[in-house]
Amino acid sequence: MNAPESPRVSLFVTCLADLMRPSVAFASIRLLEQAGCVVDVPLQQTCCGQPGYNSGEYEATIPLAKKTIELFEHAEYVVAPSGSCAGMICHHYPKLLDGQWRERALALAEKTFELTSFLVDVVKLESAPAITTSLPTVTYHDSCAGLREMGVKEQPRKLLRNLCDVDVSEMQQSDVCCGFGGTFCAKMPDISEKMVDDKLRNASSTGATLLTGGDLGCLLNIAGRARRQGLDLEVRHVAELLSGDLYSPAIGEGE
Amino acid sequence: MEQHSQQFKENAANALADAGGVAQRDILALFTPIMRDAAVAEFGPYEALRQHVKRVRQHSLDNLDYYLARFELEATNNGNQVHYADSADEMNSIVLDICQQHGARKVAKGKSMVTEETGLNDYLQRGGLQVMETDLGEYIVQQAGETPSHIVGPALHKTRDQIRELFLDKHDLGERELESISDLVGEARVVLRDHFLQAEVGIIGSNALIAENGYSMLVTNEGNGDLCANLPNVLIICTTLDRVLPRAEDATAIQRLLVRSATGQPHTCYTSFYSGPRRAEDADGPLETHIILLDNHRTDILASDYSDMLRCIRCGSCLNHCPIFAATGGHAYGWVYPGPMGSVLTPLLTSLEASAALPNACTSCGRCAEVCPSAIPLPDMLRDLRHEQSVEKITPASWRQGLRLHAWLACRPGLYQFLTGIGIAVMHRIGRKKGGFRSLPLAGGWTSKRDFPSPQGKTFMQQYRQRSRSNEQ
Repeated sequence: MNAPESPRVSLFVTCLADLMRPSVAFASIRLLEQAGCVVDVPLQQTCCGQPGYNSGEYEATIPLAKKTIELFEHAEYVVAPSGSCAGMICHHYPKLLDGQWRERALALAEKTFELTSFLVDVVKLESAPAITTSLPTVTYHDSCAGLREMGVKEQPRKLLRNLCDVDVSEMQQSDVCCGFGGTFCAKMPDISEKMVDDKLRNASSTGATLLTGGDLGCLLNIAGRARRQGLDLEVRHVAELLSGDLYSPAIGEGE
Repeated sequence: MEQHSQQFKENAANALADAGGVAQRDILALFTPIMRDAAVAEFGPYEALRQHVKRVRQHSLDNLDYYLARFELEATNNGNQVHYADSADEMNSIVLDICQQHGARKVAKGKSMVTEETGLNDYLQRGGLQVMETDLGEYIVQQAGETPSHIVGPALHKTRDQIRELFLDKHDLGERELESISDLVGEARVVLRDHFLQAEVGIIGSNALIAENGYSMLVTNEGNGDLCANLPNVLIICTTLDRVLPRAEDATAIQRLLVRSATGQPHTCYTSFYSGPRRAEDADGPLETHIILLDNHRTDILASDYSDMLRCIRCGSCLNHCPIFAATGGHAYGWVYPGPMGSVLTPLLTSLEASAALPNACTSCGRCAEVCPSAIPLPDMLRDLRHEQSVEKITPASWRQGLRLHAWLACRPGLYQFLTGIGIAVMHRIGRKKGGFRSLPLAGGWTSKRDFPSPQGKTFMQQYRQRSRSNEQ
């Protein structure tokens, strides 16, 4: 069994992994356990509140932020397989709340991490059971909130190198938004279409047949557009690659 | 200037349908960030300078009354006449009055977004004056009967061929090729030289007003600002009262950031300081100088939650880094200031109703805030404006209610997990074979451009509870 000093991690599943792609959350649990963590999943969790918050529905988001804080504040670490949900907890809950609640939000922010940065920067996962599947050429999309709010850039690349023996084929403008932006893609579909097409063109130019990243919102957008365009591009969350889960259908792929 | 921000989405769709324009903007969106990054990297302690400038700007704004009074005193001592204008109309009428007092017929104008904001050119032309823009980009835009598409490069939307056609059409100079860029610049220089020499009044803007000595700083690449300021007998500086800074070294600190952020140059070709009218011992210079300080809602902004926006130094870097600006171009925003800074400023300077689409033209990607030399939290301010739109019921009711219902439901885990469990099971059953949906009720915005990927199967919460139960048995 795990040594008493094992880091105890509460997984923030994220609503998109919960509803659309549970394999991302299971992969996250496996990776955290491989890194020697004891993982628990608070069962009362739902969503971090970004859809409403980013649309300016602050008052409706406040109770949800408080619920999330109450549910996770006793954890040693909170880890989310998403830079934007981790960013919501770390940077936006404290903005949304006042007084005592703000203090509690800041305390939670201190121990909340995006998955790949937690694995590299905190628990220093260097290797994992050999992954036998050989990966095709892989390119990586840097999701905006992970990159700019949570400082996620080198960590997933390092893990892909160490765990999967893959060097990312870098696309041009990998740090430019894919056009998802939560409700933005539904409010301004024409502009969003242009942005995601740019992303797909840059990705395809690398010769990669597999695109990965750390945020399901972006990946659903990119995969959905690739499908609509009839492009042969496999899209998977980086946690799935790192844990060797390449057998379930990729995002938007039929069974 | 007339506002068309309400048609942002239609304007954007039209811009995206113009393949030539899209290609032009793609190139700019790729190279302007590279140039800015190189200039910043070469500078070295950029972040320290950025934080310094942020503090200086904030300090100046926090003590605006003191520094404005000091600037007015020093500028007046230098022989300038200082005017305050509350509104766009007031600034325009002060300028027209000055021109009429001098019996002016021709005005030579340097680049100024403030006078775009007040619609000065139209106003003066209605007053019988001939106004000539002398910044090359502004001149091109004026000849084409258009408005600037970018606050630093007004004509960045035009290709070399388009400019060539324009000059061949507008300049009556006979047969010529105008093949190279230097041919085009040379021709504009010849045409504009006459205007400089004939104008009775010169009008320029200002990048900074220096309280300690009453000087005004202007950065340009073409030197046209200096010609506007020195050749005509009367100079009018049109600017806003938030430009004031305590010391000369604060203005030069801003210049270091401004130019690198704007064009990626270490310096512009000209950084000029204007002190006042010609003195007895001076060889040249204007005989009379006026400085007009426009408010036009700046003091309202200063008193509001959006006061950080007044730190903006108009470098245009947020435009160059915004993927939405890159997609649509500046004209789509439908007023004077486009891009992220424009999407914040336009609602504050006009109205939230007339600018409703602009705060939504943002994915919160954060690239603008990352490069902003004044560290203005632009995505946060755009979100705050969306909040205001929701409070004032400018946001469509269906969006407001839908998102509130989602948040309400997410606060009730039992009900949320029960309902999402059913919904996901249904979607999985229908979509599992194909892997995605081409259309989906309530998701028309999404499925108009992309498939909606099918969920994997049971929700994570259902599967995890099942596993936990079977582990316990």
